[in-house]
Amino acid sequence: MARLDIEFCGIRSPNPFWLASAPPTDKAYNVERAFEAGWGGVVWKTLAEAGPPLVNVNGPRYGALLAVDRSLIGFNNIELITDRDLDTNLEEIAAVKRRWPDRAVIVSIMVPCQEESWKAILARVEDTGCDGIELNFGCPHGMSERGMGSAVGQVPEYITMVTGWCKHYTRLPVIVKLTPNVTDIRYPARAAKAGGADAVSLINTVNSIMGVDLETLTMTPAVGGQGTHGGYCGPAVRPIALNMVAEIARDPQTAGIPISGIGGIGSWRDALEFIALGAGSVQVCTAAMVFGFKIVQDMANGLAAYLGAKGLASVAELRGRALPSVTDWSHLDLNRVSKAVIDQDKCIQCGRCHIACEDTAHQAITSTRNGRRYFEVKDEECVGCNLCVNVCPVPACITLRDLAPGEVDRRTGRVVSAARLDWTGHPNNPLRTTV
Amino acid sequence: MSEQRKPDIRPGRLTAEAYAEHFADIAPPLTEAQAVLEASRCLYCYDAPCMQACPTRIDVPSFIKRIAEDNVRGAAEAILEANPLGGFCARDCPTEVLCEQVCVRNTQQGRPVAIGQLQRFAVDRLMASADNQIFERAPASGRRVAVVGAGPAGLACAHALARSGHSVMLYDAGPKPGGLNEYGVAAYKTVDDYAQREIEWLLGIGGITLECGWALTRAEQLERLRREHDAVFLGLGLADTHELRTTGESLDGVVDAVEFIGTLRQATDRATVPVGRRVVVIGGGMTAVDAAVQSKLLGAERVDMVYRRGPEQMSASLEEQELARIRGVSIHYWLAPVELLGEGGSVRAVRFARQRLAAGRLVADGEECILEADMVLKAIGQRLGNPVLTQCGLALRDGRIAVDACGRTSVAGVWAGGDCIAEGQDLTVDAVAQGLRAARDIDLLLRNPKNPWRD
Repeated sequence: MARLDIEFCGIRSPNPFWLASAPPTDKAYNVERAFEAGWGGVVWKTLAEAGPPLVNVNGPRYGALLAVDRSLIGFNNIELITDRDLDTNLEEIAAVKRRWPDRAVIVSIMVPCQEESWKAILARVEDTGCDGIELNFGCPHGMSERGMGSAVGQVPEYITMVTGWCKHYTRLPVIVKLTPNVTDIRYPARAAKAGGADAVSLINTVNSIMGVDLETLTMTPAVGGQGTHGGYCGPAVRPIALNMVAEIARDPQTAGIPISGIGGIGSWRDALEFIALGAGSVQVCTAAMVFGFKIVQDMANGLAAYLGAKGLASVAELRGRALPSVTDWSHLDLNRVSKAVIDQDKCIQCGRCHIACEDTAHQAITSTRNGRRYFEVKDEECVGCNLCVNVCPVPACITLRDLAPGEVDRRTGRVVSAARLDWTGHPNNPLRTTV
Repeated sequence: MSEQRKPDIRPGRLTAEAYAEHFADIAPPLTEAQAVLEASRCLYCYDAPCMQACPTRIDVPSFIKRIAEDNVRGAAEAILEANPLGGFCARDCPTEVLCEQVCVRNTQQGRPVAIGQLQRFAVDRLMASADNQIFERAPASGRRVAVVGAGPAGLACAHALARSGHSVMLYDAGPKPGGLNEYGVAAYKTVDDYAQREIEWLLGIGGITLECGWALTRAEQLERLRREHDAVFLGLGLADTHELRTTGESLDGVVDAVEFIGTLRQATDRATVPVGRRVVVIGGGMTAVDAAVQSKLLGAERVDMVYRRGPEQMSASLEEQELARIRGVSIHYWLAPVELLGEGGSVRAVRFARQRLAAGRLVADGEECILEADMVLKAIGQRLGNPVLTQCGLALRDGRIAVDACGRTSVAGVWAGGDCIAEGQDLTVDAVAQGLRAARDIDLLLRNPKNPWRD
């Protein structure tokens, strides 16, 4: 039986599944239920400094992008960090940690960019007995207007500065949570590392407007006839998050820094994808908010089955295994040639591949043969672009076949070479560096 | 049949609740949530097979996409643009052998997209809306067209011509328009007086004058129509039914199935419609199924539907046959009626000879059986049965009016469509397609300043 437990920047957890800092980890009641359900850890919903509690809107704070069958594709929120009293939160954190010593309890923090503010809260957080802290430099709505959250995460110098303070004032592991609302995620990650961060977590949510009510011509969700951009999450952001995780994992300046992967994770498969691209733990929010805490049992079950089937002893063995497959475009092998192949036994003759290719790609799929409906790839036109594979409604009906070295590409008439050739050495590249 | 007994044919076999339940909508309309979910199953196929399978070429992928996109009015527009009787067809079409038979989801999921149900959803929504006349009539052309027969072919033709700006005189022999939509189709397929509600909408286009109780019984009538109009369309349907040509056909209790269904459709109270305790329906088409099922629904104890060939040869689809069985009808194949047996002037039983195929022809194999019956419903097909047509000089083919690919008859200025023409398929949707085909041709000719057959 494969082991699911992990160690993440010194924090031990019975499995890699943590609940992200968000409404599900708002208070002891929820966190207790999460631990009972089997979550390996939680990142407690972001604490604010002592004083009058924050206020949230008293109207819709969530919006969703739904498929026709109302399955959730994307989700957004304008909820602020905790609106509960600091003392209450700290007492509950301490009590929960005492009751669940084997679980990871990380405390998310967001206070103004003043050293005194951080110093004051860090000592009190450490006293709870928690396992680590996460710096919320990601929240893109509300708090960012007050100079916190993503307003910090978008300025690498601030990240380094605040991370440095935290490392100075606490012995707890420091995880820096990054905002995706930047042009290049590597800069904030490097800044976190420069400040001494023990780990980074990403992504926080993406600036978003969920839609417009076409009857009232009001953006949604709206409070009193007006709305504001929220933070976007859920399955739709997963590809964005995977890329950012991989960018940091393969950046020579940050390679090796522990990464807690976040963004649209709802199943063991999603989690494994993050881990394969370098994440050491994963955090979940949206899926739990849709289905409840029980999903962790299905995630753990699937993860264990996968590791067992692959003969892997632990989650750590899988970490980063897909990273070598990620590279820059300029290093892609331009000598490889693929052709789409349609399995006629599986084809249901909907013709989507044909019309997609005909109207928008390379006119490489037939629509008839001998006057009858028939969809077949024309190798002499096919560039192997994968569009047909993606629009086909039948799994594995259309696949790409890699031509073997020595075969002739009927589109170009050239024999496929066994040698590698990327753009850096391509004869058409005036700036080629290799021969 | 040793003991004397009276034939048991009577109305009021059931409670009021049972009648209401039995004749309720056979396929209750989809809710909005169901429609949107079902619409999402459509793959928006290229050159969609469903569209090709529809005689009126409704753009099925587009109307379904519009339902999914919360543009139900646009969906109805797509449907009615191709088929102004799309609401009726959605109820009556044997979709299982048309659009839904070729749906690619059959191959993938074993279940087609419910195209008929979605079509009904869209058209019903439009009809129920305040401003449901989506078509605007073209400026008056000054041309006059006579349409004889207000069944599906005539209605479709009249609507299209009126839309194009022509002035249409629409005649029907019956007391109400609608033809088989009103008198023929099973009651549970078209509840709430749908046929008349649809006709009201069709006439709402304007430019159509309806005259009921007008029958084509003399050759001079057609001559006069030709003189007084720029074109004439005949959508007469089939006025007569085939005879069994067996002894005993005139016995009491032997009823024409078309008539039986018509009576049932027109009855405001189903409890007034008499039905036998034991009913034998002879025939294998949709009329036979409709008559058999409705006999059962009216409270007949035993209903035998008897067809002289096998299940595959029946013109009623396998699904229709299944529906009949589910409703309690016993279907017998390979039996041909030989004699109707009577007692005291009333039918008591039917003697059948078992059939088999020999070199492609039906032959009796010598075995016989008798099915007892208080009522026998004849449903072995209809025929033109109007001698006036040949007197008018209309050429016939296979006993029905011969037309060319545009629906033109052998008489200049006269078009025909629906069941009365040789290619008639006995389907509402085919009749609509043929009515529209003729309307297109008539419109083109009327717009042509060098009208080839008048000038």
